Amino acid sequence: MELKRVVVTGIGALTPLGNNVDDYWNGLINGVSGADLITLFDASKFKTRFACEVKNFQPTDFLDKKEARKIDRFSQIAIIASDQAMLDAKLDKDSINPDRAGVIFGSGIGGIMTFQNEVSDFARGDGTPRFNPFFIPKMILDIAAGQISMRHGLRGPNFAVVSACASSTNAIIDAFNYIRIGKSDIILTGGSESVICEAGVGGFNAMKALSERNDEYKTASRPYDKDRDGFVMGEGAGVLVLEELEHALARGANIYCEIAGGGATADAYHITAPHPEGLGAKNVMLAALDDAGMKPEDIDYINTHGTSTPLGDGAELKAILHVFGEQAYKLNISSTKSMTGHCLGAAGVIEAIACIKTIVHGIVPPTINHFNDDPELDSNLNFTFNKAQQRTVNAALSNTFGFGGHNAAVIVKKFVA
Amino acid sequence: MSDIATRVKKIIVDKLGVDEAEVTTEASFTNDLGADSLDTVELIMEFEKEFNISIPDEQAETITTVGQAVAYLEEHAK
Repeated sequence: MELKRVVVTGIGALTPLGNNVDDYWNGLINGVSGADLITLFDASKFKTRFACEVKNFQPTDFLDKKEARKIDRFSQIAIIASDQAMLDAKLDKDSINPDRAGVIFGSGIGGIMTFQNEVSDFARGDGTPRFNPFFIPKMILDIAAGQISMRHGLRGPNFAVVSACASSTNAIIDAFNYIRIGKSDIILTGGSESVICEAGVGGFNAMKALSERNDEYKTASRPYDKDRDGFVMGEGAGVLVLEELEHALARGANIYCEIAGGGATADAYHITAPHPEGLGAKNVMLAALDDAGMKPEDIDYINTHGTSTPLGDGAELKAILHVFGEQAYKLNISSTKSMTGHCLGAAGVIEAIACIKTIVHGIVPPTINHFNDDPELDSNLNFTFNKAQQRTVNAALSNTFGFGGHNAAVIVKKFVA
Repeated sequence: MSDIATRVKKIIVDKLGVDEAEVTTEASFTNDLGADSLDTVELIMEFEKEFNISIPDEQAETITTVGQAVAYLEEHAK
């Protein structure tokens, strides 16, 4: 079977750096930190009291008040990002064959805020089970995909993809494959996450996963720095319109780039710790290169998983050195999590968008907050520290890894007819 | 209008996102006020919370209009 080519024709995003793609990109190339003190709940008793929140978001600006109440924040921002992506792709209900258009969408956790609040209400009561009928349909992780389909009338394949912090990369790869084998013409894909609540921050704090640098929160997310102490929680949503190439050309769509290939592997090692030699990470980059029919020297930029944890950052670099060899020193490498924080299940798509914009604009966003080299890491690599760098990027690879040992990588490349 | 009717109306306006003027005694939750089956369940639950009572399912099924809700609650509210 001849595989179809798949291109990106629309993008939408709500991120800690801005609630649309332009603001997000401007934040990235200007090295802006999205971290601030937590406003979504009273974090005064928590070990970590800062995060990278989506700011100035009023759901009722976009959704009917009655509807907004029945939709968890993670789905609300997903819906708005999907509106942006559809508009950007110049698509609407009337211009598409709804049965050939689907939604494959990721999240790491789903509606944990809704779960927390409903169960807390129950626990405060006398045991009488008065659960809100919208509790389950608000919380379930797949509801974002369902909501997007209802919003835009998309009746093709529709499901959620879950692999913790690799979720939205896996979603993009699934969407890519559905179109590649001819099952759909258009798929809205990506992911969403919003877990900045007591249960979310408390849970990650208990794992010692989060930075506790409360006094210097703007510089707390510092991937590859000697003094990195954990990730900074982010939230956000990103949507890509993936489209079969001929379909996109026939309607004269603006093409941002082509999806070249993707890979998915497991560490099969530990629930949260990465394989110390980056085995799964190495294999996933090799798998993505193989899927794309590309060689290491074809890649110009890697947007790393680089969460700013002591163990994870080093393991990923070992994998990059293993896969790319001498070529690794010619790459630009950056972790945009230094600015956005770690958007968990949405990280993959938010960082894929960074890769796409890097190709379009020829600017590599930086790894900010670098103060001290880590002697354990190879300082000859170009980490794009602190300042964006001009560079023609023909192909970029985005890595994402999730608790459970999931690894996913996607490669995007300049579209050449 | 009774105190109970006022409280019932407030819940309906809040949960169904309708104008107060639409919430007439005869108005049906589903036919006139745009409620679906889950909205209706939520309304009953909110009435139970507001008036601190338990409405059995077979009774709940007979409450389909604003007037029926007010009448039921005037009879049963503590």
